[in-house]
Amino acid sequence: MPFLTLTGVQKLFGAFTAVEDFNLEAEKGEFVSFLGPSGCGKTTTLRMIAGFELPTGGTIVVNGVDVTHRPPNQRNVGMVFQSYALFPNMSVADNIGFGLKVRKRPKSQVEKRVQELLELIHLEDRGNRYPYQLSGGQQQRVALARALAIEPQVLLLDEPLSALDAKIRLILRTEIRAIQRQLGITTVYVTHDQEEALSLSDRVVVMSEGRIEQIGTPFEIYNFPATAFVASFVGTLNLVAAGVIDAGSGRLSLAGQEVRTTKAVTEGGMDGRVTLAVRPEGISLGEGPEGSNRLRGTIEDINFLGSIVRLRLRLGDSNGTGLTLGETGTTISLDTFNEPHLTVPPVGELVTVWFPQEACFVLGSAREGAAAAAELVTEV
Amino acid sequence: MTQGGSPYAAMKLRVPGEPELPSKVPPNEKPRRGALWAWIVFGLGFLYFFLPLIATIEFSLGHPTGPVGAEPSLQYYENVLIDPRSEFFPRLFFSFLIAIATIILSIAIIVPTAYWVRLRLPRLRPIVEFVTLMPFVIPPVVAVFGLIRTFSGPPFPLMNTTIGSNVVLVGAYTILSFPYMYRAVDTGLRAIDIRSLTEAAQSLGAGWPRIIVGVIFPNIRVALLSGAFLTLAIVIGEYTMASFLGSKTFGPYLSLLGQNRAFEPAGVSIISFGLTWIAMGAIQFIGRGGERIQVGGAR
Amino acid sequence: MPDVAGHGLKRGVRSARPASRRLPVAWLGVTPFFIFTLLFMLLPASFLVVGSFLDRDGQPTLQNYADLTTPIVANAYANSIEISAVTAIGGGLFGFLLAASVILGGLPPFMRNALMTFSGVASNFAGVPLALAFIYTLGNLGFLTAFINNTFATDIGQAGFSLYSKAGLEIVYMYFQFPLMVLIIAPALDGLKRDWREAAENMGATGFQYWRYVAFPILLPSLMGAVILLFGNAFGAQATAFQLTGGTIPIASIVIGAQIRGDVLHNIGLGFAMAMGMVAIMAMAISGYSLLQRRSERWLK
Repeated sequence: MPFLTLTGVQKLFGAFTAVEDFNLEAEKGEFVSFLGPSGCGKTTTLRMIAGFELPTGGTIVVNGVDVTHRPPNQRNVGMVFQSYALFPNMSVADNIGFGLKVRKRPKSQVEKRVQELLELIHLEDRGNRYPYQLSGGQQQRVALARALAIEPQVLLLDEPLSALDAKIRLILRTEIRAIQRQLGITTVYVTHDQEEALSLSDRVVVMSEGRIEQIGTPFEIYNFPATAFVASFVGTLNLVAAGVIDAGSGRLSLAGQEVRTTKAVTEGGMDGRVTLAVRPEGISLGEGPEGSNRLRGTIEDINFLGSIVRLRLRLGDSNGTGLTLGETGTTISLDTFNEPHLTVPPVGELVTVWFPQEACFVLGSAREGAAAAAELVTEV
Repeated sequence: MTQGGSPYAAMKLRVPGEPELPSKVPPNEKPRRGALWAWIVFGLGFLYFFLPLIATIEFSLGHPTGPVGAEPSLQYYENVLIDPRSEFFPRLFFSFLIAIATIILSIAIIVPTAYWVRLRLPRLRPIVEFVTLMPFVIPPVVAVFGLIRTFSGPPFPLMNTTIGSNVVLVGAYTILSFPYMYRAVDTGLRAIDIRSLTEAAQSLGAGWPRIIVGVIFPNIRVALLSGAFLTLAIVIGEYTMASFLGSKTFGPYLSLLGQNRAFEPAGVSIISFGLTWIAMGAIQFIGRGGERIQVGGAR
Repeated sequence: MPDVAGHGLKRGVRSARPASRRLPVAWLGVTPFFIFTLLFMLLPASFLVVGSFLDRDGQPTLQNYADLTTPIVANAYANSIEISAVTAIGGGLFGFLLAASVILGGLPPFMRNALMTFSGVASNFAGVPLALAFIYTLGNLGFLTAFINNTFATDIGQAGFSLYSKAGLEIVYMYFQFPLMVLIIAPALDGLKRDWREAAENMGATGFQYWRYVAFPILLPSLMGAVILLFGNAFGAQATAFQLTGGTIPIASIVIGAQIRGDVLHNIGLGFAMAMGMVAIMAMAISGYSLLQRRSERWLK
């Protein structure tokens, strides 16, 4: 039976719809991320679970109890704030023990629990320090401990790592996940960083403009994006305009060359053009096996990104043959793993690249795809 | 105005150029209607603050609700403003003159000081700021005590003459204006890059007097105006020092009127209150418009 | 930002000039300030200080300070302290509530602006006009006095109320104490982060517990500092009291004023000592306030 259920949750601020028709069932101990750009409603939804915002519609049920209209101090959900929100007038130990003190637990019990948590977050000798004496990462850990001290039913984290530097973020990320696994607490994690969401979660809820775009495991979200938004928000993506040759068999024309997808083209643009999407890591240099999609293009740029080498290709040959009149060359990126003996063709060389039919899919009409392409930040 | 004593409060007024602290009232979820206790408290405060004003207005019209029950009349305003025997205008005018003298002196002293401290002598800053804090530590009654003793004999027997004692008054008021003037000017200087302006002027051949008068002054006009208006408000309303120094300014006039007449003082109070509002309003207005000008000019 | 103050050469312009040549100009520029301060502040202050240590014959003595305990003086100080304490605490309390009502109470935003603007002006209304205004309101023939007496068929004068008493003075003083408190405490209330309240609620705290364990402790330095400042503010006030009571209620500032007009204490040195006592109290108030202000900024910024 699901532990945390949101059904039809909606939040309106006057005429503005912040969250619309939010449905989620999370199991006990599951780590769910809400992923999306600023303003998509993920924080608002989190705050509704915490009780700081009242849903305009829908219900929220935690462990079988309907908490939709319960005040926040009666829900027993622990929240970690983006700004830590540690009480500046209390020491670390007092901060962590605050929830227990409010519940009037005996002092010895509070002390014991605080000590447990200090060990959990590896700050055993800092109990007497004050928040202003701690670094950002340490403060965040204290905030986590404080939320966990009351043994909450659900743990909520609102972009907890966004104020920290990249290195600390990575370390803390792993720690948070380890602690969560160890304690088996159902967790909701809000972030705009897709790498965080993908690496930490059991499931990801991708949101945009108040609506859920897709719910799925990180693998599903990445490899089988359900909508244009998800495809462009998660990971990098090549988006190219293509003409439809035969919708039923999924044959498209791209820069004068034929390309096949595995699915029939159902999305049809009014002008007969669609947007084809293919991940850079799905494309490889060479001819590939029989039946693969092949494209010819000129290498325009080579980017060394560390573990990955990204090549930018301009489709068509350097003289522009193979392009329809009026079409400027489309560029795509392909990623290949960096190896010691890696050889790539030099800039300017005409090469063939291939990708399997399963690796590409149509996003919809050219117009919608263009909008998605405009929003996304790719390294094309 | 500051006679009774809230110089501290005037310090809390926003000087043009100072960033305004945004109201961090959380949006959305706070009940728009407001808590009951808040309305009650505000209501009580409103009553407390406005009843005396209403009473003053009522008295200025001849106290029609009083035992005599006369018709409300503007006669008392006439007595004060129109009657040639009334000292209202002479006193107000004289206060105004004293204020102008104070403002000029204050600006002439503070601007170069703030400039040099900022540009060349940052170590003097704590000392200067300490000095400008003194008017808060030494109440006017004590200050005037000391001033009278100092200037009653050699080497500066100023108190022996009317002009002399008015000079002392201007001096005292100038000191009183230092906290506000310094703060305003310092904020104004902070908003413009005086180092670059100075260097630019120097490279074009300007000497120090010209730099200060021709380059710095025009660019801190807003700050100066704000400090000037605040000083004006303070000087016109001041009672304690003027009274003990025997100056014929507006404050002692109002006090005397209050002791001798029943209804005219109310009218003068209302006028005086109105003048304060105008001065404060001018400060707010200048500040609002000025900020934009300042920022634009400095770029 | 590194300043050029006499530290070697400025880049570009005038690099040929030695540092020592430039210092005099700046020092010359600040001289008027110091001369003026000397004349109109330090000199008078030193007269008072020195004078407070001299007896009638001009000989050094500490007797003046000992005499601060004589009935007249002690009584005056006691009255001043009492009135200042009452108006500081009362003003602090209601001023705090007033500020809280517009900042935390959910009232329409325009009311906050109105209160802040009015507070800036009202605190300058003190002195003669204020005393007069309250005479018109609560004096024997006052507007409110008449209203109450007519409506409730009472005679509050008979019942013992008089505006021209310590209590009356305290009521009048509130008129500039409330606004001062509002102006001082508003930034502190603004500094209370919404997150803290939410975190506290999240932990299960009720509104009362949040205030008791989080908000009040955080605000305490600001509150204490403000009350101390209010104390100093009332202590130094003279004009309002004099206009209201004509000097019939002896408070420190009025006794000093009387001493200026004539030698009512029969010992000018004692007058100086009184003045010094006043300054000492004000200095402590200002320092106390500054210290606590700095402390509160640590948490609220």
